[in-house]
Amino acid sequence: MNSLIEFFNALGKYDFLQSALVTAIMVGIMSGLIGSFIILRGMSLMGDAISHAVLPGVAVAYMLGVNVMIGASVFGIIAALLIGFVAANSKIKTDTSIGVVFSAFYALGFILISMAESATNLHHILFGNILAVSDSDIMTTAIVLGIVVMFVVLFYKELLITSFDNTFAKTYGLNTTAIHYALMLVLTLVTVSALQTVGIILVVAMLITPAATAFLWTDRLETMLVMSASVGVISSITGLYFSFTLNWASGPAIVLVAAVLFAISFIFSPKQAFFSFSKRQRTKEAAATQTAEEIVR
Amino acid sequence: MLTVKNLTVAYADTPVFADVAVHFNAGKITGIIGPNGAGKSTLIKAILGLIKVQSGAVDFSGKTLKEVQQAIAYVEQRKDLDLTFPINVLDLVLTGTYGRLGLLKSPGKKERQAAYDALEQVGLEAFTKRQISQLSGGQLQRVFVARAIVQQADIMILDEPFVGIDMKSEQEIMTILNQWRDAGKTLIVVHHDLNKVSNYFDELVVMNHGIIAEGPVEEVYTARNIERAFSADLSNVLFATKEGASA
Repeated sequence: MNSLIEFFNALGKYDFLQSALVTAIMVGIMSGLIGSFIILRGMSLMGDAISHAVLPGVAVAYMLGVNVMIGASVFGIIAALLIGFVAANSKIKTDTSIGVVFSAFYALGFILISMAESATNLHHILFGNILAVSDSDIMTTAIVLGIVVMFVVLFYKELLITSFDNTFAKTYGLNTTAIHYALMLVLTLVTVSALQTVGIILVVAMLITPAATAFLWTDRLETMLVMSASVGVISSITGLYFSFTLNWASGPAIVLVAAVLFAISFIFSPKQAFFSFSKRQRTKEAAATQTAEEIVR
Repeated sequence: MLTVKNLTVAYADTPVFADVAVHFNAGKITGIIGPNGAGKSTLIKAILGLIKVQSGAVDFSGKTLKEVQQAIAYVEQRKDLDLTFPINVLDLVLTGTYGRLGLLKSPGKKERQAAYDALEQVGLEAFTKRQISQLSGGQLQRVFVARAIVQQADIMILDEPFVGIDMKSEQEIMTILNQWRDAGKTLIVVHHDLNKVSNYFDELVVMNHGIIAEGPVEEVYTARNIERAFSADLSNVLFATKEGASA
């Protein structure tokens, strides 16, 4: 309890902690939203790949002194295109293509970072350093959050149908390839923002764990998006608290909180029905309604 | 009306069929039959522009696919779908309005009403809030037919619509297909159950890596054509009783 009071006192006192909190909340929302579509499209591995593949972009941006977002986006999109190209033009399946491309990009990133002579940065890039976000970082994160929310609101229909039934979307003339690469572009932006809070290695956890948690609780996409963003925010704030109080690295702290929320949902959510009692009951009920319907018909 | 001209499709250099020409009439239900791997689904996907074709063209009453795309409804094989997706019955039917709404517009009251009416037509108005995995196979297939209804299409293409569904659902779907036929729409149905061919279809296309025969069912559904597309054994089983009776 004391540590909670201390955390809130510190929040009032220190600008760096306020910046950290604001950033953590924004990253929680955007990764929850985009992550929902990533898991529904069965693209968790792709999310992991893109988040690692931005590393050389980050390094090049440091070297040239340009905005990290630009460098990362360029490499994220190149990686996404390359993965698609290799899978489409060879016998190799997509998951293998992902493995080859992202590990190569990741390796290139390590070498470029060491050439950029910023060893301290490397640690922050890999594990996150939320207590060191600058005002310009907050601005960039806010802009990315704006883009993500606009993207999901404006293209909700298209994201839904291409995630659920891509073939159908193609038959009515939707450019499903454009939607795919737009999502990949937004994903790279989210990745770079999440870099500050959880680091490259754990970005995929922020994308997938809150979304997977929400998926266990609801049958509606709108609800899933709101829940996923909420789980992202709760994980970020709670993780930040542990990071500050116990002096843990912010990334692992946030990701562990998200994982605990998932574990609780796995055991208690109605959809998962981990307890065999409720499962049996549900099957029975379903069977009963089924028979009733058959009789009525 | 829909005409396929000199269509050649190949997967990785193995041709599925070459130089296929076939015609589908408006106001008719046309069945496509043939053994597994005959290229039935491939033909449909080529018509819909879902796969690359090596050569040939599809003519939609003088128009191209791009011009009529909104007017085609496709009911695909259910096995390709993720049934755990967080979507309920009404929202699934609503996706049938996405094509004509275009980008940036959301379905409103009018679209919701249309979706509800379509569900009423297939007898599923009580299931609007159900998540799709909580439906039987037949109910789910009727939901997809309801989506085709809200698409208000002129051409309906159904791939194996009767696989793994109950009689009741099959009957309801057939009723809708007959209504569409009477409204002058072009209906194409890929089918596997040879027993019901004469009951269900007006015209028939028999395929096996190419067109074996096409035309009115009574002319095309013959022992000879079935033997050429499938096997002599199957042909004997299906037509033995008929010929026995006439002899």
